[in-house]
Amino acid sequence: MTEAVRIAAGQGFWGDWLEAPVRQVTGGPIDYLMMDYLAEVTMSILQKQKSRDATLGYAKDFVPLMERLLPVLVEHRIKVTTNAGGVNPRACAEAVAAAARRLGLSGRLTIGMVTGDDLLGRLDELLAHGQALRNLDTSRPLSDVRDRMLSANAYLGAGPVAVALGRGADIVITGRVTDTGLTLGPMMHAFGWRADAWDRLAAGTVAGHIIECGAQASGGNCLIDWERIPNLAAVGYPIVEARADGTFDVTKHPGTGGRVSVAGVTEQLVYEMGNPAEYITPDCVADFTTIQLAQRGKDRVAVSGVRGRPATDKLKVSLAYFYGYKAVGTLVYAWPDAYEKAQAADRILRQRLRDLGLEFETILTEFVGVDATHGRLATAAGVSAEIPEVQLRVGVRARDQAPVERFTREIAPLILNGPPSVTGFAGGRPKPEEIVAYWPALIDKREVQPCVELLGV
Amino acid sequence: MRRAPGRVKQKKVRLYELAHARSGDKGDTANIGLIARAPEYYPLLVREVTAARVARHFRGMITGRVERYELPNLHALNFLLHGALDGGGTVSLKTDAQGKVFSTALLRMEVQAPR
Repeated sequence: MTEAVRIAAGQGFWGDWLEAPVRQVTGGPIDYLMMDYLAEVTMSILQKQKSRDATLGYAKDFVPLMERLLPVLVEHRIKVTTNAGGVNPRACAEAVAAAARRLGLSGRLTIGMVTGDDLLGRLDELLAHGQALRNLDTSRPLSDVRDRMLSANAYLGAGPVAVALGRGADIVITGRVTDTGLTLGPMMHAFGWRADAWDRLAAGTVAGHIIECGAQASGGNCLIDWERIPNLAAVGYPIVEARADGTFDVTKHPGTGGRVSVAGVTEQLVYEMGNPAEYITPDCVADFTTIQLAQRGKDRVAVSGVRGRPATDKLKVSLAYFYGYKAVGTLVYAWPDAYEKAQAADRILRQRLRDLGLEFETILTEFVGVDATHGRLATAAGVSAEIPEVQLRVGVRARDQAPVERFTREIAPLILNGPPSVTGFAGGRPKPEEIVAYWPALIDKREVQPCVELLGV
Repeated sequence: MRRAPGRVKQKKVRLYELAHARSGDKGDTANIGLIARAPEYYPLLVREVTAARVARHFRGMITGRVERYELPNLHALNFLLHGALDGGGTVSLKTDAQGKVFSTALLRMEVQAPR
């Protein structure tokens, strides 16, 4: 049995620093590169791409990245786990296979595909089976938005990732597998953890949670002592060194910037946290109140004591539906009386929208530089008339496109026919944006069958 | 002469002096993880930074209730602020649609601490 495995986070989200995965595979020894691509509504964008072209529907950026990394990955036998497959893991795998062949790596690479998460084509069948798919936050029934559904994916766990690795996959490309499952899967495979080893599975889940947001565990977006965190320009992304007994260290490559500390890892542990005693994944229920952290030298935090409980018989489903339209317009007002001018402009704008009879679900005004981040907490002591500048930021949201479209034409006129000392309109008229909204729900596990396939190169 | 425990002089301090924090989103709910800067500050956070107090702090800024969870192992409290994000995620019109800076908004709170 393997003694320890090193799992490196290559990015915290789709759009993260392109250099990070490259430095993770070249900066020192690792066994796995973990790449999370999927945010809550990403699947709906990918579903739309797939409906236009059956060969799309995955994170296209993953292919050129693999083209860049494959020679190193093959040379150092580094494996990859990623949910870059989106709603089309097969097309993603085939594109990576083609890249590998172009690099002369035929016969030296096996790609694993994990599917079975996509429920969009089965929604009516599932509803007929008594799966109500009620909104977890609002309890509304799916029938409210059934005709506007754009994507529906169950969150799969680490199990099928481990199975793919066990069958010899070097690169595991999945659809909607949980972020934590991409880290736990390699541990289950390397250590032979059983599917009911709840404490071990919980430990691997905690490890996944710590590194799933990339540099947020190694000095990025870290509030404590932020001015003294060294060399964020060359920040090292986090690496988990996991052991078979479920303990692990969080660290990063030597010579990189950033910092791995108990305080910083704690910040990441509580990030996007619900009830800490019940961190529910498809694999287990992890209890974050059992985690013990200790600094074990520079840039090394030891994690132990993690306890877990049996997984529930449900899976979370991430659905996305068409909601409506929104637009945001901004103008910048300068000293003197910048805040007063911006407030006056807002009043004028709202009067004009009323006079036009436009109906919005919401109109939201923020004054950037004054209250956009902390609301009335920031203005409790008053706002100085000497404030150098204020950005007026007005957003509108409606079910129909027409009022939003009209709103976008009401911003620029304020430059000539509103309060003075105004600028900052170089970007032009704001564009109405389609809103795709998120609908979280639960489904019985027995309704979802993960599928693992291999593709030789 | 030592003061009786009940008579320890108190002063108002900003939470930022006693704690650090990170916040994020789950739908229309913002979560704030509040972490003691030193383990000995944790009991003070537990006593002073109640769910009711946090709900008052954010009054008018959130539409739902506030829940609090304790993580004594990490000297941390986790708060869930429901209805904090104008619908959340892609629906929200807020600059801070993902609740990233609710963390420092909480750290503005003043609490009573021993002098």
